[in-house]
Amino acid sequence: MTERHAVPDSSAPESDATAGADSSRVLGPDEIRRALTRIAHEILESGHGAEDLVLLGIPHRGVPLARRLAEQIARAEGRTDTDDLSELYGALDITMYRDDLRSNPTRAPSPTRIPRSGIDGRTVVLVDDVLYSGRTIRAALDALGAIGRPAAVRLAVLVDRGHRELPIRADHVGKNLPTSRSERVHVQLSETDGVDAVDIVRPSAGEEARA
Amino acid sequence: MRHFISIADLSREEALSVLATAEHMAQTQSRSIRKLPTLVGATVVNLFFEDSTRTRISFEAAAKRLSADVINFSAKGSSLSKGESLKDTALTLQAMGADAVVVRSGSSGAAHLLAHAGWIDQPIINAGDGAHEHPTQAMLDTFTLRRHLRPGDPLAGLDGIHVVIVGDVLHSRVARSNVLLLTLLGARVTLVAPPALVPVGASAWPCAISYDLDEALAEGPDAVMMLRVQRERMVGGGFFPSEGEYSRRYGLTVARAAALPEHAIVLHPGPMNRGFEIAGAVADSPRSVIVEQVASGVFVRMAVLYHLLATDAREATREN
Amino acid sequence: MRTETADTTVTATPLLIRGGRPYGEDVQDLLLVDGRIEAVGTSLEVPADAEIVEAEGCIVLPGLVDLHTHLREPGGEEAETVETGTRAAARGGFTAVHAMANTTPVADTAGVVEQVARRGDAAGWCSVRPVGAVTVGLAGERLAELDAMANSGAQVRVFSDDGKCVHDPVLMRRALEYVKSFDGVIAQHAQDPRLTEGAQMHEGVVSAELGLTGWPAVAEESIIARDVLLAQHVGSRLHVCHLSTAGSVDIIRWAKQRGIAVTAEVTPHHLLLTDESVRQFDAVFKVNPPLRTAADVEAVREGLADGTIDIVATDHAPHPRDAKDREWDQAAMGMTGLETALSLVQLTMVDEGRLSWRDVARVLSEKPAEIGRDEDQGRPLAVGSPANLLVWDPRPVRVTDPAEHASLGRNSPFAGLELPGANRLTVLSGRPTVRDGQVVER
Repeated sequence: MTERHAVPDSSAPESDATAGADSSRVLGPDEIRRALTRIAHEILESGHGAEDLVLLGIPHRGVPLARRLAEQIARAEGRTDTDDLSELYGALDITMYRDDLRSNPTRAPSPTRIPRSGIDGRTVVLVDDVLYSGRTIRAALDALGAIGRPAAVRLAVLVDRGHRELPIRADHVGKNLPTSRSERVHVQLSETDGVDAVDIVRPSAGEEARA
Repeated sequence: MRHFISIADLSREEALSVLATAEHMAQTQSRSIRKLPTLVGATVVNLFFEDSTRTRISFEAAAKRLSADVINFSAKGSSLSKGESLKDTALTLQAMGADAVVVRSGSSGAAHLLAHAGWIDQPIINAGDGAHEHPTQAMLDTFTLRRHLRPGDPLAGLDGIHVVIVGDVLHSRVARSNVLLLTLLGARVTLVAPPALVPVGASAWPCAISYDLDEALAEGPDAVMMLRVQRERMVGGGFFPSEGEYSRRYGLTVARAAALPEHAIVLHPGPMNRGFEIAGAVADSPRSVIVEQVASGVFVRMAVLYHLLATDAREATREN
Repeated sequence: MRTETADTTVTATPLLIRGGRPYGEDVQDLLLVDGRIEAVGTSLEVPADAEIVEAEGCIVLPGLVDLHTHLREPGGEEAETVETGTRAAARGGFTAVHAMANTTPVADTAGVVEQVARRGDAAGWCSVRPVGAVTVGLAGERLAELDAMANSGAQVRVFSDDGKCVHDPVLMRRALEYVKSFDGVIAQHAQDPRLTEGAQMHEGVVSAELGLTGWPAVAEESIIARDVLLAQHVGSRLHVCHLSTAGSVDIIRWAKQRGIAVTAEVTPHHLLLTDESVRQFDAVFKVNPPLRTAADVEAVREGLADGTIDIVATDHAPHPRDAKDREWDQAAMGMTGLETALSLVQLTMVDEGRLSWRDVARVLSEKPAEIGRDEDQGRPLAVGSPANLLVWDPRPVRVTDPAEHASLGRNSPFAGLELPGANRLTVLSGRPTVRDGQVVER
């Protein structure tokens, strides 16, 4: 599929499509761990304590990232109760709010799980793996609006690859990764793919011609 | 999936996929703002040759919750009732820019004709065609069954579940669609009807057939689905000597409902003839999910509209 | 006694059909002069002005006779006229058709049947023998003036309420008795109306799935059973239209074994198509009696092969497009058939080895002419016979395209189907009416 200015298909788990193309690893497991640790502390520092905090991961890979951040935050706050964790993070599916549905095959929606205490008056941190055009986040903001009225919404991403098409910026970034439009950012997480890695995949000659 | 015309055209995967989307839709409907922007700008036309307020409203609600615009064409007081042909009506809708047509007709095959005659190029949803099929009804029945009998598993089929369907099978599109869908998803189905109301060719269907309701219920089914029976047809059509005789033999009475397993649920597509095919007390009892079926109907129809409209039409034509 | 209808102001030139096989047997040439077969054999003496038609590899058959056609005129001219219907007949190799009486007005008086016969004469494409209605207005209440129609200029011998059944047993008995006095025959459309109220298709596995009201086989069989017993009782001839079920074949076989004077016909479409065709809800497959099961198709093929079924008759039933472009239960019933009949008989019976071309002559020409008392039709391809014949090339295979048909009706269920055989020449009273699929305009 050629890369258009539509939202990259972060909602569909990808198989390892690096075979045959030219790819380079930009983040390994250690770097990812350190990045998430830093982001967790940034979130705590910029917020007002974890009681008002809700981390909502955007399916698919935003969800395990949100969970990892929640674990870090809970540990830092000295909380060990698993109940605390389910109140601290959740999932926000944005399929129904996308602006590019009719130019793609049918997307199956994923579950949305909002903590029982809701989002009203709290600080919501949206969590995603890659920030690109910004359209996914715009859709997420619309979805949030239908669920409640947070006091504030922030954005944490593992990778910011540039090429924004909307006035959206991340508050917490694991790594800034300048890319060209023809390149693909391939994120893998152990929860979904068995390994933690971020690769930049340059198109093969044929793909480049199509892009 | 380009049209939603009959369960016979669905694969198990497609059916489960639509049901999974329906679960998702259900979830969104418990938020403070229930409207989704997914189909904004699309126009859905309800083309109803037969009166059916409840189905039409259900489709209207589903379309509106997805931000689509809805236009209602109903038979009375329109050019349809003045004898305009289905073909001319379809050409008119195409010219007016309908993005999808939901059609309900008294003629078996009407939806299929609309989808394939070449008069209109848009997705067609069958809201009931004669005695042939009512696929969204079967989907909402299945959705409801699954929530009660396989709770917590939105991807489950109905394997191992036994459903008894009772009533006028001969004239029932709900029965036909349900037999197809329930067995597609692995359920065991028993049809219960008087002999004259079982089609001659039904012996070829993948279900059991019984003329004795008590015998079928003695097997302890997980669900009993009562079909709507037209009272006038029973006596007027010479099928039964009296309404009382039908109720006695095939009605879901309080006693019969009480003998069901504790977990068993009772369904009915509506509208009900209280006291005829189903006792009022049974319809109002905790094991009745009849009211819930109505809500399920909106979720399922939202899911069907989503799968047909919120998609690349080129994919659909590639499938053709 | 009616004579042929040839336009006698133009005398046809002598015609030599060379190298063909009459009845598919030995190669023999035929010389046609002045409307008759003048000579048959090899190395014939040929007049200098004779037209020569090369018929190498072709079969020569006596002109086909259709005992069951709907020409729709008067009253149904949107669907077909005598002119267009007889053109279609000629293209199909027919030199005579019996035109059914369910027109508007109904052909239940001498006046209407004479009008139809005159229209046929004027068109000149084939002999038109009007069928008279059995009951006034086809209402099934009282007998029409059968004797008047028999004695009219149209000389009606076949009477039928086709489209509807003569279901009142007393009326059927009276009709059977009445026609004995002038050697007429009642052709029954066997369909018990009470058992088939609102019926849309054969009652069976497919109708159960599709939710369409069924037309049970017993509704046909019970009427046939009653009628053959009536015919036996009063000592009368009976003809059964468009037989479609295995049970009906069994009843006819039983009746013939007992010496009952019953004849039966089957349509070309019932020799091939089954109710599975209905699954797409395309009303081109909607017909009365309906398409049945594969077992029924096999039974009627066998019945035709062993003579239980005497003839093939098309039941050619053209309809305007709007009558078919509708929901199934609102669409008209009927299929066209004149221009595809012989191809279908070749496909289902000759190519399957169940009928020889000699048998084809019997079932499509000789026997229908005999039942309909058509004296100039179905005659042997021998010296002295009227020159009503066709030259059929069994070799080509073509995709059926109703747009090419002369019939106004485009409702052929064989559209898009490859069918064998092509009509090279149709000759009516010595005059070619169709050459290589094109009607010969005068």
